[in-house]
Amino acid sequence: MSSVASNPQAFVTVHDVYKSFGAAPVLQGVSLEIGRGEVVCIIGPSGSGKSTILRCINALTSVDAGFIQVGGIQVTSKKLDMVALCHKVSMVFQQYNLFPHKTALQNVSMAPIQVLRQNRRQVEERARALLKKVQLEHKADAYPGELSGGQQQRVAIARTLCMQPEVILFDEVTAALDPEMVGEVLSVIKDIAAEGMTCILVTHEMGFAREVADRIYFTDRGVIVESAPPREFFANPQDERTRSFLSKVL
Amino acid sequence: MTGKYGPHVGIDIAHPAEQSVWAQYRGLLAIFAIFPAVLGFVLVLAVLAGADFGLMNALWKWTPFIFNGFLYNVAMSLFAIGFGTIGGIFLGMGQVAPSRLVTIPSRVATQIFRNAPWLVLLFYCIFLVPYQVTIGGTTYQVPNWLRASIGFTIPVMANFSEIVRGAVQSIPTGQWEAARSLGYKWSRTMLSIILPQCIKRMIPPWMNLYAILLMATPLASIVGVEEAMTNTRTALQAEANSRLLLPMYAYLLAWFFFYCYPIARLSMYLESRFETR
Repeated sequence: MSSVASNPQAFVTVHDVYKSFGAAPVLQGVSLEIGRGEVVCIIGPSGSGKSTILRCINALTSVDAGFIQVGGIQVTSKKLDMVALCHKVSMVFQQYNLFPHKTALQNVSMAPIQVLRQNRRQVEERARALLKKVQLEHKADAYPGELSGGQQQRVAIARTLCMQPEVILFDEVTAALDPEMVGEVLSVIKDIAAEGMTCILVTHEMGFAREVADRIYFTDRGVIVESAPPREFFANPQDERTRSFLSKVL
Repeated sequence: MTGKYGPHVGIDIAHPAEQSVWAQYRGLLAIFAIFPAVLGFVLVLAVLAGADFGLMNALWKWTPFIFNGFLYNVAMSLFAIGFGTIGGIFLGMGQVAPSRLVTIPSRVATQIFRNAPWLVLLFYCIFLVPYQVTIGGTTYQVPNWLRASIGFTIPVMANFSEIVRGAVQSIPTGQWEAARSLGYKWSRTMLSIILPQCIKRMIPPWMNLYAILLMATPLASIVGVEEAMTNTRTALQAEANSRLLLPMYAYLLAWFFFYCYPIARLSMYLESRFETR
């Protein structure tokens, strides 16, 4: 296995991953290498396996073959320690998945206190600072049901930041939002990316991808068709499938 | 996604604390205001059925005796709901556990006891639970009502197990995924994230189960517990007056009604309160 992890620069390595759900193949040999501080967007038609790649990196979905490594942790190992992994990776979901019985502040602070066993006062201080960063310090005591979709998603982003991960996975985080709320969430993500956080985004926001990404991957039917820096990718797509997809969405 | 916690909840919900105290407790007050009305109605019914004020005296005379029996009904129901709830939580969590070694026995036990007649389970327990137990050299008699209570505990446990399973499965899977990606283990996810969200969904069916349980406790009269039903029959035999039959049983029904009705109302009230949160 060590021979495959060729690139020592890579912080996230996905190597030749296969996954099917029942008879339906979802990933058919996907490989990615993402360096520290890189911002990567994965785009492609629905059902092409974009979200599954993220879920595999986060161990929410097991792989059938291949291996995944994040910051020295073998995600695909049978003996995976989820607590060690959540120091490295955190995920923002399409449906926010905030805990409805906890306030915004508790949502942000509970996992570092309960799982990482960090000092409560320090965590709460950090959580308040993060809520301020996503411009929701005035909603610290509000329950998720009292917040708009955009606000909930920003709390969810603060929640992942409070875990102090080294990579953040964004799984179509604006897809469930009303159009007028997309901007506020994207601007938070842009700030995070600008601060040097390693980010892997699955998105349908082409303009946003072009703006923030260091590299764009295009997936179709479970394989990565091509990857390129955004300028090149949008100006001069190499593969026929990429061209046909872009002509539909741009 | 159309769940209660779906994405389109961007409206500000009026906070319950903004309502006046009167508005908050109006529901509860209504429950207690209805008491004298129903009491009057039942008494009138009893009197009309007997058409004789002499019968009233008989009812009055036997009231402490029936009340004494009713305390056994309450005691049996509290014992069974207490232990049945504790057992049901474990059995219900067992039904949704990640390991098949746990889920299969839990599901089998739940289905067997949920689909068995309460009376049959009651008979089983009356005969299987020993009449006396010796702990540290001292021998204790196990009273009849306690053995009957164990008999009621089993179906309550199985029914509550299903309530727990249903509530846990009604929580969107996104909650489990979010918890897992934050490093929570299964047991911690269950205790800190899933069960707290389930409690409000479980309270109305749980109170409903309690009301059903209480109304099932007169079954214990068949196995010789001196509860309200047994005592009513004893009183009727002692009076040996056939005109007393209908009023006496109406009186007994009233006892159960007065105990169960507030519970039913309270569960409706709680249901509507949790609806707004």
